[in-house]
Amino acid sequence: MNGAQDLGGMMGFGHVIAEADEPVFHADWERRAFALTLAAGALGEWNIDMARHARESLHPADYLSSSYYEVWLKGLEKLLVGRGLVSEAELSAGRAPGASKPTRPALSASKALRALDAGTPYDRPPPERARFSIGQAARARNLHPRGHTRLPRYVRGKRGEVEKVYGAFVFPDANAKGTGEGPQWLYCVRFPASELWGADGDRGSDVSVDAWESYLEEAEP
Amino acid sequence: MGHEPSPLGGHAHDHGEGGLSDPALRARALESLLVEKGYVDPAALEAIIESYEKKIGPRNGARVVARSWVEPDFRRWLLEDATAAIRSLGYGGRQGEHMVALANTPAVHNLVVCTLCSCYPWPVLGLPPVWYKSAPYRSRAVIDPRGVLAEFGVALPPETYIRVWDSTAEIRYLVVPIRPAATDGWSEERLAALITRDSMIGAGLALDPASPALGAAS
Repeated sequence: MNGAQDLGGMMGFGHVIAEADEPVFHADWERRAFALTLAAGALGEWNIDMARHARESLHPADYLSSSYYEVWLKGLEKLLVGRGLVSEAELSAGRAPGASKPTRPALSASKALRALDAGTPYDRPPPERARFSIGQAARARNLHPRGHTRLPRYVRGKRGEVEKVYGAFVFPDANAKGTGEGPQWLYCVRFPASELWGADGDRGSDVSVDAWESYLEEAEP
Repeated sequence: MGHEPSPLGGHAHDHGEGGLSDPALRARALESLLVEKGYVDPAALEAIIESYEKKIGPRNGARVVARSWVEPDFRRWLLEDATAAIRSLGYGGRQGEHMVALANTPAVHNLVVCTLCSCYPWPVLGLPPVWYKSAPYRSRAVIDPRGVLAEFGVALPPETYIRVWDSTAEIRYLVVPIRPAATDGWSEERLAALITRDSMIGAGLALDPASPALGAAS
């Protein structure tokens, strides 16, 4: 979706401000928001693309005026309510009056640590032959899906060159809808700055984007 | 806690006086609710927090880069199959399942961003700093990388080409900075102290051995 999360190339946000000796978290609630998101994610009720979509579908004004972990908290609340694990009334009360039985067992500490170490690989057996090869010209399609997508607006319609072929990976647009993983070939596509930004780009730079096969079409060499 | 986290858009707004902030109240309510319902085990929360505050951080990545500076075979492996090379040093897992290492050279400087969210190689760099997740960085790294680098105090020669990598999939990028001059014969441990978090994102360079910052870093 063309939401506030798709920030590449926007202007007006000002300087990048780096904090010296920055702590991992800036407040205890950030610790809790982070850990709650990971632990609740382990219930298996949603996947990473659904979680990203829950965050990016916040109202753009809400998204941009919230701090990072506020966005996570709001996304988590939305997922929990959406999956029927908690109700709006329980959320505002912070209590579950008729405490229900959990539908899934909670993640234990030892399992949490094992899960962090194992990760969740997203590569899958390739469904068919790759359509693009290294060095081939490719154009990012002019797509504007209502749902989740990982094709940033600033490359849509732009011509680049396939630089790497990563193999087949879970397709986020489908995975976020819960319609299956629909694995597709994933490519790294390199776009010259002049193609992306015209004369306003830095000619001594380019941008590479990881793009699934259905994001791309053949382009004239 | 007097410190208010800055919003993604970087524009502060007013907060009420005293007491817990709204997100703090929300986080507390959510935690007690999820624990009460049996969805979340408080011990798991503590284990997760401790991992990212104490174990998983940029010193891991510095160890990887330092090894690549002293062992040409490891460097080749890292550039060919970063996931396996990094795993051989004991790092891997969540948000580092599919790693790619990018070597900086005098001709090419690599810079990593996630314009769509905050994708970042956790096992080697830990959780991302606020600036990496902020709108100013995410919006400008792709259109004005040299300007962004200048704000980090990195002035590259004009002939150095900048390659920006937007982490739009589950591939996670680690920049391998250039080994500073005058470090011949240094041990891996000593070299690792030169390797900052920012240098492994591409927003910085490895520290100069003569740098005053080194005293603080090592």
